Amino acid sequence: MMHTEFIVVEGDFANAGKASSEIKKTLKQLNIDNQKIKKIVVAVYEAEVNAIAHAYGGTIFVDLDEEKICVLIKDKGPGIPDIARAMEKGYSTASAKVREMGFGAGMGLPNIKNNVDELDIQSEVGVGTEIKMIVNFNS
Amino acid sequence: MNENYFYHALRIDHKICFGCTLCMRNCPTEAIRVRNGKATIYENKCVDCGECYKVCPSGAVYVAEDDFQSIYNFKHRVVLMPSVFLGQFPEDIRASQVYSVILEIGFTHVFEVEASAFLHSILSNKYIREHETKKPLISTFCPAIVRLIQVKFPALVDSLIPIKAPVDFTAIYIRKKLIEEGANPEDIGIFYITPCAAKIAATKSPVAEDASTVDGVLNMDTMYNIVLKEIKQKKEFNKNITANNDVTSDCVIFSLTNGERRLNNFKKSFAIDEIHNVIEFLERVEDDEIEDLDFLELRACDESCAGGILTCGNRFLINDRMMQRAKKLAERERNGETSRRKAIMNEREYLTQNSHVGRIKPRSMMVLDEDRSVAFQKLTKIKEIESKLPHTDCNVCGAPSCHALAEDVAFDRASMTDCVFMQRNLEKRGSLKVEESVEIMKNIWGEDKLKDYILNK
Repeated sequence: MMHTEFIVVEGDFANAGKASSEIKKTLKQLNIDNQKIKKIVVAVYEAEVNAIAHAYGGTIFVDLDEEKICVLIKDKGPGIPDIARAMEKGYSTASAKVREMGFGAGMGLPNIKNNVDELDIQSEVGVGTEIKMIVNFNS
Repeated sequence: MNENYFYHALRIDHKICFGCTLCMRNCPTEAIRVRNGKATIYENKCVDCGECYKVCPSGAVYVAEDDFQSIYNFKHRVVLMPSVFLGQFPEDIRASQVYSVILEIGFTHVFEVEASAFLHSILSNKYIREHETKKPLISTFCPAIVRLIQVKFPALVDSLIPIKAPVDFTAIYIRKKLIEEGANPEDIGIFYITPCAAKIAATKSPVAEDASTVDGVLNMDTMYNIVLKEIKQKKEFNKNITANNDVTSDCVIFSLTNGERRLNNFKKSFAIDEIHNVIEFLERVEDDEIEDLDFLELRACDESCAGGILTCGNRFLINDRMMQRAKKLAERERNGETSRRKAIMNEREYLTQNSHVGRIKPRSMMVLDEDRSVAFQKLTKIKEIESKLPHTDCNVCGAPSCHALAEDVAFDRASMTDCVFMQRNLEKRGSLKVEESVEIMKNIWGEDKLKDYILNK
């Protein structure tokens, strides 16, 4: 098992993609199928942007072994009041400012779901959100 | 790792190299190490881009070339001259002078490589339109870029346009013409004047084909010297020889940045030169970050072929001369003094049939092992070693970075004790003698650098 962590800073769009790009580099070394790498990168990138755009920053925990990659994004709030709605395509609570930057189209969570094998979202309003995603290399 | 070895034209002369590390620090694929005081190349990581050649302060990096005399192994001696060759010469030397000298120094025929660039462009654009799903499609014109994608961006290999380069088209065309004129195929020798090492490597071991289309490669700087000397020493020129005029104005600048891009009209395309710029951009392309991208023209050298490592003179001046020539040609085309329809287009069908290269395969240098479980063990080992290294990337171990050393150690190509910080720690602990450290340093840097200068002064 290999463990890595990345800090995500609120509003720091300029550095979005640092975690996904590091993960990509690692997966390339493991001879993982290119399409699979792409899916993981997209999912992690979306989650990263979510934490930057909607939350007050957070941490990304990556656990990697021979069979799978598990990525946990823990943010510091504000939390999602209605997870089921957030999973709908096009539903967005993003501010005008965030949308202006080309983010916040309401495709984040649905996009993550499409690209991973397992997705678990826990959220408490006022506390934060935990998104856990797993991709199996053999599936 | 892939066992396929590729021909490399870049070599290091160990008699001249003094282990300065400049090449190692500038290599975009971390393919160089210092051993025994000399730079050495990991062949499977090298993409022949020539960055090492550019930065070498002592001229130790050289480009292997065919002996000029080998042209005399053939009765019909054809030289394929890329347009950038004419761009080397000062404004007062005319194209016809260069042609005339080339024919006098031993060649029987001269052709300009870009004669086939227009056809190349037609076929590439057709391929791009027919392969929407593989977008963005990437030009294979620059062989260093093709190799870079093979080793560093294997996911993008299927996006490479599998069409031969203009030099191949022109060579195939000339060979056919000469045979039709009655030449014995074995008597035809086609020689290409190259502006870079990557083109030599691609010619000697074509990336996906079996046989090369040319019989030999001559370095542009060598040819420049031979031709310019003749011009300087001669007063009279054969006035009957004129430039072939087999290239259209837009194809004269095909090898410059934007040369290919300007010949298509796709909605979203980029022309990017200089290998570090290309790597930066491809990282984004690989992640699908850029939407609806149609075409990428990527070149390893700054200012594309005008900045080739074997060109002579300043790349911006070369670029300007080529642009001026294109401008003049365009004017003549407008005035009807020369046709845009060139003879080579009569062979369009034959060339199209021979236009495809085989499948270009990835040969990733990133993959630690084909077997994922072995790769994972290696990765764990690398991370563990790396965590113990100082992250100074000081190069004293003979590797370009702490990460590169960690990788070398994991693959038994180097030792942890190559790290000077590690040595100090072990010495302090008493588990390594100072004499042993000196021995290690001698293995990396050679005897000379470890001489006791202070006492001998």
